[in-house]
Amino acid sequence: MYKIEKATKLADRVYEFWIRAPHVAQHARAGQFLILRLHEAGERIPLTISAVREDAVRVIFMTVGKTTEELATLRAGDRITDVVGPLGKPSEIANYGTCCVIGGGVGIASTPPIAKELKDAGNHVIGIIGARSADLLILEDEMREICDELYITTDDGSKGVHGFASDVLKKLLEERTLDRVWIIGPAIMMKVTSGVTVPYNVKTYVSLNPIMVDGTGMCGSCRVTVGGETKFACVDGPEFDAHQVDFNELMQRQRIYTAQEKVSLERFAEHRCRCGEGGHRHE
Amino acid sequence: MSGLRSTGAGAARGVTAMSDRPADVRIRDFGEVDIGLSTDEAINEAARCLQCKRPLCVRGCPVGIDIPAFIREVAEGNFPAAARALKEQNMLPAICGRVCPQETQCEGVCILGNRDAPIRIGAIERFVADWERANGPDLPEVAKPTGRRVAVVGSGPAGLTAAAELARAGHAVTIFESLHEAGGVLTYGIPAFRLPKDVVKAEIDQVLALGARLKKNHVVGRSIGVDELLSYDAVFLATGAGLPAFMGIPGENLNGVYSANEFLTRVNLMHAEAFPEFDTPVLHAARVAVIGGGNVAMDAARVARRLGAKVFLIYRRGEEEMPARRAEVVHAKEEGIEFYTCANPVRILGDQHVTGIECVKMALCGIDASGRRSPKPIEGSEFTLDVDMVIQAIGTSPNPLLVSLIPGLERGRKGNVIVDENGRTSIPHVYAAGDIVTGAATVIEAMGSAKRAAAAIDAMLKGE
Repeated sequence: MYKIEKATKLADRVYEFWIRAPHVAQHARAGQFLILRLHEAGERIPLTISAVREDAVRVIFMTVGKTTEELATLRAGDRITDVVGPLGKPSEIANYGTCCVIGGGVGIASTPPIAKELKDAGNHVIGIIGARSADLLILEDEMREICDELYITTDDGSKGVHGFASDVLKKLLEERTLDRVWIIGPAIMMKVTSGVTVPYNVKTYVSLNPIMVDGTGMCGSCRVTVGGETKFACVDGPEFDAHQVDFNELMQRQRIYTAQEKVSLERFAEHRCRCGEGGHRHE
Repeated sequence: MSGLRSTGAGAARGVTAMSDRPADVRIRDFGEVDIGLSTDEAINEAARCLQCKRPLCVRGCPVGIDIPAFIREVAEGNFPAAARALKEQNMLPAICGRVCPQETQCEGVCILGNRDAPIRIGAIERFVADWERANGPDLPEVAKPTGRRVAVVGSGPAGLTAAAELARAGHAVTIFESLHEAGGVLTYGIPAFRLPKDVVKAEIDQVLALGARLKKNHVVGRSIGVDELLSYDAVFLATGAGLPAFMGIPGENLNGVYSANEFLTRVNLMHAEAFPEFDTPVLHAARVAVIGGGNVAMDAARVARRLGAKVFLIYRRGEEEMPARRAEVVHAKEEGIEFYTCANPVRILGDQHVTGIECVKMALCGIDASGRRSPKPIEGSEFTLDVDMVIQAIGTSPNPLLVSLIPGLERGRKGNVIVDENGRTSIPHVYAAGDIVTGAATVIEAMGSAKRAAAAIDAMLKGE
C-alpha cells in the first residue's frame, strides 16, 4: 500500500498528489511515468512523474473518467494499493544549446522535470505553457523558476498570449535557432504543435499517451507507429521523434474503450450520489 | 495398438473416466473445466500403478518427482504422506497436475500405456495437492539461515521454483515482481477455467511461507538498479518470454486487434470479464478470429467464447502440427470454436475498427528445420471472414527490458540469455532459467531448469 502524503486541488478538475513510493522516487528521471491501481477492483492507469521529493513522487492528473474521479476523492493519509515505476525511457537529456519545453493543459505537469534536467545539463531553456484559460494554468511559478524564459498562452486570452503554444513556437523559430523541442499535451495538440517545427528541421520530442495495461512491454496495448514501425510506448518511449509519429492512429486507438469508459463513469457517479459526496472509499 | 489407448478401451479395464463439465455449461462461466478426481477415483486409479522397480515415469518428469512413491501412498489412502512425497521435488503440484503436458512426459512413458491407458499421474498429483490445500498444508523443513542473499527476478513458474528451493536451503531470498500479483503466466496467462487463481495463490503462499520475500510492483532495471541487483550474493533471472510478436500485416493497429497477452491479461489478471464490477474494460465482439495453434491461442479462443463470441481459430499448418495440448484442442472444439487450418491472415480489414480478416489458404510442403511440414500460400485462394475482433497468439519472445541493461550478460540472437547446463550465465554469480533462456516453452520445463539452477546456486553459495 502506498500512502498519499498530500492531495491538493490545483484547478477545476486538476489535482496534485504526492504519493510515498520510495522505489519509484529513488530512481525516477525526467520523462518517466508510473502506473497505479487504486484498489483490488481497480484498473492500472499511467501517470507521468511530475516531481520527486525524498521518498515521494508527485503526480498531477485531470479527472476524465472513473479512475481519475475516484482518485480525486482520496485525501492525504489514504492509501493506494499499487504503484509501480519508474517506467519508460528517460528523456534524452544532453547539452544541445537552446531547448524549448512546451506543455499543454494537464500536460504541463510533465514539463518541470525535463526543463530542470535540460537546465542542469547547461542548456538555455525556454518554457511555453498553455491552457484553455488562466484558471486552468498550472505550475507557472515552478516553470518560471526553472526556465530562462517562460511564455504563457491561453486559448481565450485570459492570460499571456491569446492563442496556442504553437503560435509562440512559430514566432520563436522565425526569430532564432532552437536545437531541441519537447511537446507534452493532448494528442491533437502535440500533432499540431510538432507540425510547426517540421520546416525548420528541429528535432522534436513528444510524450505519447496511448492506452496502457502493464506498462512493462508484455502486451502491446500501447503500440504506436513511429517511422512506419510498431513501437511499444511503455518501453520504447513514451518519448518519440514527433515527426515520425502516426498521430491519427494514436488518436483512433485512444478511443477504443469510449463506450465502456462512459458506463464505468456513470456507474461511479451514481454510486457516489447514493453514498454522499466524497463518501466512496475502498479499504 | 492405438485403439487400445483410447479412454473408451481403458475405461473397460477400470481406468477412471475424464471429469470435465459439459461444454454447454462451462462456456457460461470461468469455472474449472475439469472437476478432478473424487477420493475413491483417486485411490482406484492409483491402485492400477504397477510400482515399477525402474520407473520410466520418473525419468519422464522434468522435476524428477518420485511418482511411484506418492502414488503408492494415495493407493493406501495416506494422503498427507503422498503430499510430502510430492513436495520433496515439486512445490507447485496443484499447478503442475493441471497444466503439465503429461501425455508427452510422465504419462507418455508409463508402461501401462502400452497395454491400455497410462496411470493418470497428473490427475492424481492434482488430487493430492487439492486435498492438502483443503486440509491445511504441511510445509517442508527449512534449513538454518546461511546469511547469503539471493535475488530472484520474476515470480513465474521458474522464479517460484528457484525461490522455494533456495529458501528451503536457508538462503535469504527476495523475489522481485513487476506486476501487482505474483505468478507470471500462471496468473495473467492461463485462464481460471484451466487453472483457478485461488489454486495459484495458495501455492505461491506456500513458497512465501518458506521465508522467501516478495516485492511486487518492482521492475528490476527501473525500480531497482542493476548495481543493486548485482550486489546480491546470487541473482536468478526468470523474467520469461513475455514480449508478444505481431504479424506485421496491414490493419494490425486497428481498434479490436489484440495480442493474446493483452487480451488474457485484461481478463485473467484484471478481471475484465466482470466489468464494470472491475474497472478494466475488454471489448466484446460477436465474431472473433484467433491466430495461432498453441496453448495460448486455445486459451484466448476459449476466453473469447466465454465472453459470448463466435470464435474462429486460424492456423497456418494442419491440426496435427498444432503445438497446443491435444486435450485443449478437444476442449476448444467441444466449446464450439471453429477451426480454419492451413490458412494464414494476410491483412486485417476495417476503417477504424476491425470488420474482417483476409486469409490465404496454405499448402503443406516439405519438412522444415522445426521438423514440421512448412506451409506455403496457395495463390488465388484468398478468403475473408467477417469478424469484429482479432487476437494474435503467434508467440512471444524474451522481454529485453532488464537483460539489455546488464553489462556483460551474453545473449543469443533472439534476446534469450545464454547459460550452461547449470543455468550459469556469462556473469559468475548470475543464473537464469525458464523462458528467458529457452523462449516460450512449458511451465514444467521452466520449473525443471529452475531447479537445476537453484541447486547450482546453492552449491556456489556453500562454496562447493
